[in-house]
Amino acid sequence: MTHWYMLTLVGKDRPGIVAHVSAALFDGGCNLGEASMMRLGGNFTIMLMVQYAGTIKGLDDLLEPVADSLGLHRHIDRIEAELHHHLEPDVRITVYGADRAGIVARITGALAEAGLHILDMETSVAGSAAKPIYIMQIEGHAAEGVEALRSALDVVTQDGIEAQLEFIETLIG
Amino acid sequence: MAVLEILTYPDERLKQASQPVGTVDEVLRAFIADLEETMDAGPGGVGIAAPQVGCFERIVIVDCTRTRKPVPNHGRLYLINPEITKWDGMAVGREGCMSVPDYTGNVIRAEAVSLKALDLQGQPLELRCEGFEARAIQHEMDHLDGLLFLDRLVSRRNDLFKRKVYQQSK
Repeated sequence: MTHWYMLTLVGKDRPGIVAHVSAALFDGGCNLGEASMMRLGGNFTIMLMVQYAGTIKGLDDLLEPVADSLGLHRHIDRIEAELHHHLEPDVRITVYGADRAGIVARITGALAEAGLHILDMETSVAGSAAKPIYIMQIEGHAAEGVEALRSALDVVTQDGIEAQLEFIETLIG
Repeated sequence: MAVLEILTYPDERLKQASQPVGTVDEVLRAFIADLEETMDAGPGGVGIAAPQVGCFERIVIVDCTRTRKPVPNHGRLYLINPEITKWDGMAVGREGCMSVPDYTGNVIRAEAVSLKALDLQGQPLELRCEGFEARAIQHEMDHLDGLLFLDRLVSRRNDLFKRKVYQQSK
């Protein structure tokens, strides 16, 4: 009987992390599912669905040598896989502006109230250390329609924060 | 009339090129009627290509009249031996496919295309299509060359700024 686990790994970035971790998992009898892996600042982060026939303890033991050798912190949760049920985004929102605390809370708070279900979000801090800018890209489902989100965005993007919102018409051919 | 079975990847047949139609006759029109019925039975499809049902002839149907937001379109198009003669602009858009269930991704396509094809009577036709309809035609015509939208995926991270530059250049 196999189970699905969500494996989280975080550590200082260096080349070869994915190769080493995935080799250890494959050698340990695991099957991989969906994943998000990304360099955030100078850190490499992995969120990875792992199918494994043993317990959390077993998976943790399997990962310990490779994680320790790469300097990665690890965390494992038992999950339901729910594969083959992707939710399709119907709206894409991009926001950018001079970086300051509170942008994400203000923007996403207003959007959530207007019915946004975030399916995918990536943000970056760019620019220079002296003049950092913040860039946010969101894909989601507009449960109350795109116009509700547009109105909400208009209210919260008046002071130097630029936002674009577009409806995603997915072509199924 | 019949709803045909849709091949789904990793069926290798989806990767093979299709042959030009030789004769437009009743047999072909009967097949196209089945192809159309299959498209209409699918979940929200705006087009279908013959190889998606295991017929490796250069035939596509496109219909962009039922999008969630209306887009410029030429109604229901039956295109036999279609050929694109001109490509203009580039745009990123999200695509999925009846032959690739449960996945969608961003693909760059020409923003507008000119094409020629034969109609259901075997008569030549020429068309200029833009936007979503141009995208649908390119998606379906890719099937005729054994290409899926998976062959053209681009990173979602690249989407924002490319598109903005593109809009400014209009």
